[in-house]
Amino acid sequence: MGIVKELKKGALISLWFVFLTFPVMVIKVDPIARTVVWRWENALYMAVGTFVVYYIAQFFLKKKENQKEASEEKGLNHSIIHKILQNPLQRNIFVGVLAVAAVLFPQVLSAYQTNVMTTALMYVVLGLGLNIVVGLAGLLDLGFVAFYAVGAYTYALLNHHFGLGFFTVLPIGGLMAATFGILLGFPVLRLRGDYLAIVTLGFGEIIRLVLENWGEFSQGPSGISDISRPGFFGVDFDLQSSIIYTYYLMIILVIVTIFVVNRLQDSRLGRAWIALREDEVACQAMGIDKRKTKLVAFSLGAFWAGIMGVMFAAKTTFVNPASFTFLESAIILSIVVLGGMGSIVGVVLGALILILMPEYLRALSQYRMLAFGAILVCMMIFRPQGLISNIRRTYTFKKKTTNSLSK
Amino acid sequence: MTKQPILDVRGLTMDFGGIRALNSLDLDVTSGEIVALIGPNGAGKTTFFNCITGIYTPTEGNIWLTPPGGKKKISLNGLKPNQVTEKGLARTFQNIRLFSKMTVLENVMIGRHCRTKAFIFGAIFRTKATLQEEQDILQSSYAILEKVGMADFADEFADNLPYGAQRRLEIARALATEPLLLLLDEPAAGMNPQETQSLEHLIKQISMEGQAILLIEHDMKLVMSLSDRIFVMDYGKKIAQGTPLEIRENPAVIKAYLGEEVDA
Ligand SMILES: Nc1ncnc2c1ncn2[C@@H]1O[C@H](COP(=O)(O)OP(=O)(O)O)[C@@H](O)[C@H]1O
Ligand SMILES: [Mg+2]
Repeated sequence: MGIVKELKKGALISLWFVFLTFPVMVIKVDPIARTVVWRWENALYMAVGTFVVYYIAQFFLKKKENQKEASEEKGLNHSIIHKILQNPLQRNIFVGVLAVAAVLFPQVLSAYQTNVMTTALMYVVLGLGLNIVVGLAGLLDLGFVAFYAVGAYTYALLNHHFGLGFFTVLPIGGLMAATFGILLGFPVLRLRGDYLAIVTLGFGEIIRLVLENWGEFSQGPSGISDISRPGFFGVDFDLQSSIIYTYYLMIILVIVTIFVVNRLQDSRLGRAWIALREDEVACQAMGIDKRKTKLVAFSLGAFWAGIMGVMFAAKTTFVNPASFTFLESAIILSIVVLGGMGSIVGVVLGALILILMPEYLRALSQYRMLAFGAILVCMMIFRPQGLISNIRRTYTFKKKTTNSLSK
Repeated sequence: MTKQPILDVRGLTMDFGGIRALNSLDLDVTSGEIVALIGPNGAGKTTFFNCITGIYTPTEGNIWLTPPGGKKKISLNGLKPNQVTEKGLARTFQNIRLFSKMTVLENVMIGRHCRTKAFIFGAIFRTKATLQEEQDILQSSYAILEKVGMADFADEFADNLPYGAQRRLEIARALATEPLLLLLDEPAAGMNPQETQSLEHLIKQISMEGQAILLIEHDMKLVMSLSDRIFVMDYGKKIAQGTPLEIRENPAVIKAYLGEEVDA
């Protein structure tokens, strides 16, 4: 009986897909010969294809459910990466290999590859910043790119008008973005979920539109060019070494970010963020100042976006409003969701995959973005919790409590 | 009336649009007491908790809190929920509101938030003071878990706990804020007889340590055996107040309860 029902469902779904794709797959109009060709065989392929894919997907979903039950029984939810990170020896080897790979990368691979990697690393930091707001504090922010833009324009303008250098503006850009984070935070303190998402989306667009239209201030759509690259004690680099230098700078920034975000997450403040995400009313009733906690989340998240904005301006030497569209926010949000909300390892992986994959999918030329989309959809079906779900809370505290008991 | 009450509520009124959920209610709790607030469903008991803890802003009335030791009384009117908790009222929720994706221990640690102060700087640089404070938070949270008999579950996620344990955890979390007065909203709701009995034991134990408790509860056996004094309300109004014995015999109370049964 179950099988018949399943078959019926599969058949219905195939039929639906045939119907949906009918105009594209079956009808072909030849405008010169003024004829319509009916390619009925395509409908058949479509039906059979959908039918098969449906059952493969079902099979994997079932298998996954079984696995989940089994692992829940044993209390094993730990992914391979977490297992490695838990074992001190394995962790040191893992980090060591990663460090060597990171150092050798620009030596071994071309400047183009290095440049792509630098971009991916920038998204790692952006993802970690947004992760504070979305993953930890649970505030859905769709306008994160605004802070990225604030950082980029801070450097572009200060460099253009006053000739300030990269390292001077790096903290200024971060603080500027953090200030904007607080400015956005105030009006949205009472909002949650969908409403918050809409307002932040609007905020992101406002920043972009202001930059586009306030010509005297930002030079409008044509943008600001000839921004200085990161300097190194007055040494003049050629383009090649500048790319490599920027790459190493980015590596350092990523390490600093991971260090800081990890400590924040593992603190009194980090716990308050997670509590806020879990239940706002209970959180307040436990004595947590909702306003303060939210504002700090917004501004600390924005801080990293500001830093990366400065980096972006310095790396490309050119900024214009077109670089800061909603798509950018969506990509950063995808990194956080795909990687696993609240998980640092997950966000790092998510950023690398999401930014590098389209590059390496170039082999598929015109189907590149299609494949990219398909992979994202599959991810969300098979691993809705993200690549790496955050489990730190079970083991970190076990360790600590045994410490405190033996004391 | 030699003792100054810890909590003193005068003329508390709460309107929701046209509905008067609380009607000029007076209530007081003295230190060391267990006071019960009872009444039929919809009488306004939870609304009373929400008003005094700052979740709702009452239409009228005054809420005073007096810390022990001859200190000046504090007005809780207009304070935000977190400020009320800081001043010394901590509560549990009728419909359990734990942080479900946090461990049991972490839930209690959140309760320590308002008694500690490490912030961004301390978190990033792990100063000596911050590390010490984290240790203190862990130790005291763990001690509270032991007190309520849940230390074995410390690393379990809160939503994996059985129902009775979740209610206990709510109490533990509230205790972690070091309240002057503990507010319990139907702590025995949905518990089986064994769980109710061990809850009774726990409440008695907490009370023995000098904790003042204001309890909303439907289980009459529990209320009668625990409380020093009982307030009864119906339709937002106080209809009786007194010792368990007095309440048992009060005709207005009997009518309110029987009336409810006839309606139902
Ligand atoms: N937020 C609210 N908005 C409107 N009416 C409310 C609200 N909260 C409670 N009430 C009303 O107030 C009355 C008392 O509710 P409640 O305090 O929950 O009763 P109890 O806890 O005694 O069972 C009910 O009639 C309820 O519908
Ligand atoms: Mg109630």
